[in-house]
Amino acid sequence: MLRYTIRRLIQLVGVVLVLSLLLFAWLRALPGGPVSALLGERATPESRAALTKQLGLDQPIIVQYFKFLGRAASGDFGVSNGVQPGDSAMEIFLQRFPATIELSFSALLIAIALGIPLGYLAAKRRGSWFDNMSVIGSLIGVAIPVFFLAYVLKDNFSHLLGLPSIGRQNGDIGATRVTGFFVLDGLLTREFDASWDALKHLILPAMALATIPFAVIFRITRAAVLEVLDEDFVRTAESKGLTAPVIRRRHVLRNAMLPVVTTIGLQTGALLSGAVLTEKVFAFPGVGEALALGFERRDYPVLLLLLIMAAIVYVLVNLLVDLSYALIDPRIRTR
Amino acid sequence: MALLEVRDLTVVFERKGEEPFTAVDGVNFDVEPGQTVGLVGESGCGKSVTSLAIMGLLPKRGARITGSVVYDGTELLKLSDRQMRDRRGRDLGMVFQDPLSSLNPVIPIGLQVTEVLERHRGMPRKEAMVEAKDLLDKVGIPDPNRRLSEYPHQLSGGMRQRALIAIALACRPKLLIADEPTTALDVTIQAQILSLMKELVQDLGTALVMITHDLGVVAGLCDEVNVLYGGKVVEKAMRHELFAKPRHPYTHGLLASIPRLDAPRGEKLTPIKGSVADNIPWEQGCAFAPRCPNALEVCTSVTPAEEDQLGRLLRCHNPVVPGTPAAEEVPV
Repeated sequence: MLRYTIRRLIQLVGVVLVLSLLLFAWLRALPGGPVSALLGERATPESRAALTKQLGLDQPIIVQYFKFLGRAASGDFGVSNGVQPGDSAMEIFLQRFPATIELSFSALLIAIALGIPLGYLAAKRRGSWFDNMSVIGSLIGVAIPVFFLAYVLKDNFSHLLGLPSIGRQNGDIGATRVTGFFVLDGLLTREFDASWDALKHLILPAMALATIPFAVIFRITRAAVLEVLDEDFVRTAESKGLTAPVIRRRHVLRNAMLPVVTTIGLQTGALLSGAVLTEKVFAFPGVGEALALGFERRDYPVLLLLLIMAAIVYVLVNLLVDLSYALIDPRIRTR
Repeated sequence: MALLEVRDLTVVFERKGEEPFTAVDGVNFDVEPGQTVGLVGESGCGKSVTSLAIMGLLPKRGARITGSVVYDGTELLKLSDRQMRDRRGRDLGMVFQDPLSSLNPVIPIGLQVTEVLERHRGMPRKEAMVEAKDLLDKVGIPDPNRRLSEYPHQLSGGMRQRALIAIALACRPKLLIADEPTTALDVTIQAQILSLMKELVQDLGTALVMITHDLGVVAGLCDEVNVLYGGKVVEKAMRHELFAKPRHPYTHGLLASIPRLDAPRGEKLTPIKGSVADNIPWEQGCAFAPRCPNALEVCTSVTPAEEDQLGRLLRCHNPVVPGTPAAEEVPV
């Protein structure tokens, strides 16, 4: 188990290296570039050349890449020239990452908390009115674009629910920062108003972001439970006269969780890309918003760091998923 | 009074847009305390459905059960779901056909034994574990302490079936139903499992309903035998009577199709021709008539009634005369 984990972590290093090279080359292949973005169309050739040199963009790409690697090894990922000019890319990441984690985590929590129980119920009442409605509902959930739903929630529902329609601005909630997670900070410093405020700002974006993962988790849970309900060991459990909750938890859900856990891991990808759109719509100050802004302004250092971090998060989450298989299924553990 | 009285048990499966299918058609039999009763027949004759109906394990929707199943004075078919849950595992135990798929693959054997003790005997987990160890020991699983923490895939087929027997007998039920318990096992293991079951039901005084297609199993185990065809009992007799003098042509055919060590060399086996039809009509004559070597005109028009013939029940217009050799020799 430990060896497996270590091997996977070493693989992660390889993945990050290859990815950084690809991203590095790809970003520089994009039309435009930081110089045009910063100076505009009417800049003189002289000023352009000066800025190009200042940013180090006059050197061959391969040299630039190795310089980047050298600096990155000591934690220096360069200075932002577009998103928050002057701040280091790492600073921007650390500032915004907790907000995105908070948003994605809340969305995933909503998706799991609704998707698994509803999926179980739908399977248990297969063919019923409830089952049919929720299958159709989940299809709509998968099909509806995140940004559309985000706008609907923001423009049509925020008044009805009395919730703020745009995300809180960076740090202006008047709370002491401890971890960078707004809801958590308020609880830690006992500034519960701040937590409550942060939570209110979180609800609508999290709902928008949760729809697709919810729909997918619901459908997979339903299918997995349907399959397990037909298994002989469920009949054995019934023949023992066990109570319905024990059969549900220990015999049905435990066996149905394997595909569901896989799905949850794969949904982190959807969450990360969904976060970009959701944060943009709700002006939520997270990594996604910074990414969108970074592309507009061709902020290479920020883009590179954020994209690499997204990849690392994705790989780590899926490593966790693989490890949790072994927890759930002893047949994998003893292989 | 009999421990289990099954009267006129009928199970009809109904599905939207499909003809209702009668799987069990007015089955009657009794099980006395400590007695072993066999339900025998080809696949599709309704023997498994009978056992599931007794256990209350048929799906609530789609299966219409009528008749009566009285266990120890209580009508089981009238019990609520909750009341039936209290009985299953405590008063009635069941062993299934495929031991691998009948055990939960993701929880240890120990828990699969203790959960039934915790449920019905109110034992705390620790105490139940000690009892589970004794149970595994009793069913002949070596090194039971280690096995408690192992998972089904780490056990052999025979071990798994032993574990399932331990689970079914954990609460000392007065009635054990075994649905083809040896079919999925190797021949050598089959004999071990059968002698284990025989020993255990004798020790514990448990009554056993043995469901099987294998007359060899019946010969070694059962006191009384019910032969089922098309959802009805066609012949019921004590074991010795049945083997010595099969009267129903179906029973006769089943016996003639087993190879025997004491048969003269070169004697051909006699299979029953044809196979079980999907939906067997008992309304027009005997369901076995199309396959029956003894069939008469009357067999295809009048449904034979159940007749008591000197302690033997028979449902046939033209039973086999004792001593008749197999009717038709077919080279195999």
